[in-house]
Amino acid sequence: MTLSPLNARRWRNFRRNRRAVWSLWIFGVLFGLSLFAEFIANERPILVNYRGDLHVPIFNFYPETVFGGDFQTEAAYRDAEVQCLIVSGGLEDCFDDPDTVMSEVRETGSFAGAEVAQGWLLWPPIPYKYNTVSNIEGAAPSAPDAQHWLGTDDTARDVLARVIYGFRLSVAFALIVTALTSVLGIAAGAVQGYFGGWTDLVFQRIIEIWGSTPELYIIIIVAAIIPMNFWLLVGLMVLFGWTKLVGVVRAEFLRARNFEYVRAARALGVGDATIMFRHVLPNAMVATVTFLPFIVTGTIGALAVLDFLGFGLPSSSPSLGELTLQAKQNLQAPWLAFTAFITFALMLSLLVFIFEGIRDAFDPRKTFS
Amino acid sequence: MTPLLQVRDLTIAFRQDGVETPAVRGVGFDVNRGETVAIVGESGSGKSVTALSTVALLPDSAVVRGSVIYDGTQMIGAPEADLRRVRGNDISFIFQEPMTSLNPLHTIEKQLGESLALHQNLRGDAARARILDLLDKVGINDAESRLSAYPHQLSGGQRQRVMIAMALANGPDLLIADEPTTALDVTIQAQILELLADLKRREGMSLLFITHDLTIVRRIADRVCVMKQGEIVETGPVAEIFDNPQHPYTRMLLEAESTGLPDPVAPDAPQIVGTAHLKVWFPITRGLLKRTAGYVKAVNDATLAVRAGETVGIVGESGSGKTTLALAIMRLISSEGPISLEGRRIDGVKSRALRPLRQDMQIVFQDPYGSLSPRMTVAEIVAEGLRLHDTGDDRPHREQVADMLTETGIDPASMDRYPHEFSGGQRQRIAIARAMILRPKLVVLDEPTSALDQTVQVQIVELLRDLQRRHGLAYLFISHDLKVVRAMSHKVIVMKRGDVVEAGEAAQIFDTPATPYTRALMAAAFDLKADRAAAV
Repeated sequence: MTLSPLNARRWRNFRRNRRAVWSLWIFGVLFGLSLFAEFIANERPILVNYRGDLHVPIFNFYPETVFGGDFQTEAAYRDAEVQCLIVSGGLEDCFDDPDTVMSEVRETGSFAGAEVAQGWLLWPPIPYKYNTVSNIEGAAPSAPDAQHWLGTDDTARDVLARVIYGFRLSVAFALIVTALTSVLGIAAGAVQGYFGGWTDLVFQRIIEIWGSTPELYIIIIVAAIIPMNFWLLVGLMVLFGWTKLVGVVRAEFLRARNFEYVRAARALGVGDATIMFRHVLPNAMVATVTFLPFIVTGTIGALAVLDFLGFGLPSSSPSLGELTLQAKQNLQAPWLAFTAFITFALMLSLLVFIFEGIRDAFDPRKTFS
Repeated sequence: MTPLLQVRDLTIAFRQDGVETPAVRGVGFDVNRGETVAIVGESGSGKSVTALSTVALLPDSAVVRGSVIYDGTQMIGAPEADLRRVRGNDISFIFQEPMTSLNPLHTIEKQLGESLALHQNLRGDAARARILDLLDKVGINDAESRLSAYPHQLSGGQRQRVMIAMALANGPDLLIADEPTTALDVTIQAQILELLADLKRREGMSLLFITHDLTIVRRIADRVCVMKQGEIVETGPVAEIFDNPQHPYTRMLLEAESTGLPDPVAPDAPQIVGTAHLKVWFPITRGLLKRTAGYVKAVNDATLAVRAGETVGIVGESGSGKTTLALAIMRLISSEGPISLEGRRIDGVKSRALRPLRQDMQIVFQDPYGSLSPRMTVAEIVAEGLRLHDTGDDRPHREQVADMLTETGIDPASMDRYPHEFSGGQRQRIAIARAMILRPKLVVLDEPTSALDQTVQVQIVELLRDLQRRHGLAYLFISHDLKVVRAMSHKVIVMKRGDVVEAGEAAQIFDTPATPYTRALMAAAFDLKADRAAAV
């Protein structure tokens, strides 16, 4: 794919903004890593060697019986008994004193004089998922230590694991909502601006009424009727978010519909839909693109607010807003507040820097010497 | 006597992406006290940039070298405070576009008063008296009642007069006029030029006049500098340059005038398009119930007929309804009254049913910068019509596009480039190619040459005549430029405020205009004389 000269110039301008480029890199690496969060923070091992056979618990379901246990349910890999069974190749003695058995097998390769089929587990760097409740000594929330690098929250879940998953959830949520609201908003704005007149007048009034609907109440009411989940929340946010872009796109289309190239296309006999999307939209994109950053950061903020208020995603899901709420409720555990603050500050700053670079790159008057 | 303005070795470049693009190279000229110097050149020759640089009004990306001495003071590199004192006080500017040069939210009194308060510390009644004096001087009738008017309430000519009044407010020594009449009608242009010459004489100012129009230069200037691609190629007194041009470029500019007459039309040529008593009235609605209180009569009772191979010229000042009439015939705006295309009534046809018929009627617009979508390549633009209509040509679209571009004088190898990479004249050729590729019967040409340089105009007129000869096209040619109309048209329709005031054979109208309005238009266009007797 070759870039048009205009886009090539924009790309050059963007690359000249060092801060934006660095932010893009850092954000890209962080988001890329968080996409593989299951391999970084998980309560199941990535790979298990049991009696010479390889198992991949991160993807597959294995009942405990596969590893010589008793239960038909999924093996609880974090339990010492299960770990012992895997390491020792399924010795019965694991049910009595797993720690001793494990250490002896690891040291000597045998147990009680008998050779065993030694196995191993490959754990992710953080052996907890966002909803893993770990056994900690003392009361939750517990302070950062070697096991929990950022401590635990008040239900003894690892904060670092929750932040990694929460970051991914926030960004994914924001991107999905932004994409959907943009599509709807651009389509609605395009129709209004292009046809103008009564279409425009009626739509504008509808949008005014729609925009004055109290979004929060609707979300609370819906949440009271249907259990909230990710896609429902996406749907609700899109339902009330699509009006944001309409004004910008409508204005661009109102301006462009009287341009001579649009008239020329009409004189050629080109249909309305084709004119809108082939002739007007590409020229309305600059204003739209410069508006998108506000929607992305706004959506991240909105999700955090809803979670903070307790009307967002269920509390089991990894949410930065919920972490902030816990920080407020547990002032004796400052690591919660610091983690939440630093995560938000880093995420939003990086996004703002990137979008600032994009906006400048699209500015035709900006010259870079 | 030392000159008022002395420019030496002026070099200006624009910096973008670290690359300097030169705009002006080693330019030098003098403006003496009480003298009018004209800088002439085609677009892109650097004439406006030269003028703006004298008071450092260029954008930050400009790199200026050389020397500009105004009244003994070096202006290049001078502190901003000194420059501000000179600008608007000793040196005043008039720009091309009178609508955008005035703040639409301020009244005339406020705009003029601002400058007086700033530079002369005049306020209240003293300022008001001075404003009335100025408005009177620039020929605004009934100045008192105009004080509280907003720019949109004035006509284009009046706005330009207000701009001149603003420029004169502080009694400048040097007035720089950057294409002050280009956006105006010919009759108004003549009046403004007369006003400027008159004011210059009375106030004893010097005038630096920037224009592309040699006719204006001959009328107003004492000395001329001819600019080409950032350099002054020839300079000298007006009479000398016009009578005995030395440089080939100057000769080319002087000879660039659309001449000749169109080929005669075959007597049995069929009628392509015709209207009878066509009306375009825009209703003015009032009140809650949208009661129609009156009409803006944009076109009032227009009857015309164009035959194959024939050109009908429509002339008139801006606002006379020329373009509205053309758009109505193209069915791009709604109208009343029958319109027939090749013997078929098209006035009642729904827009969807009309689309196939659009193949036979095409339009070329005035602004070659605005009529091509900036995000499409030339090949996409020209081929767009082929995707919609069947021209009976089975060859691949790219081949047809290449042929059409060759016919209109564009290198087909450049068809994958974007419009901004082409010059104004080339873009107009692309717009013509877009219209012609469908093999239409009727082409509406809405001021196709007005935005172009004189030399390019001549080429476009040649191209249009050539295409007409080869394909037997019917043209509806709209222009305010009577010279071009004379070179193109068989018949002429003269419009004034929506009415057709005169219509007939071109030769007859040009040689013996019947109405005073037409006579005034002719006088302004060919002699740059303001006809005060004719109320225009």
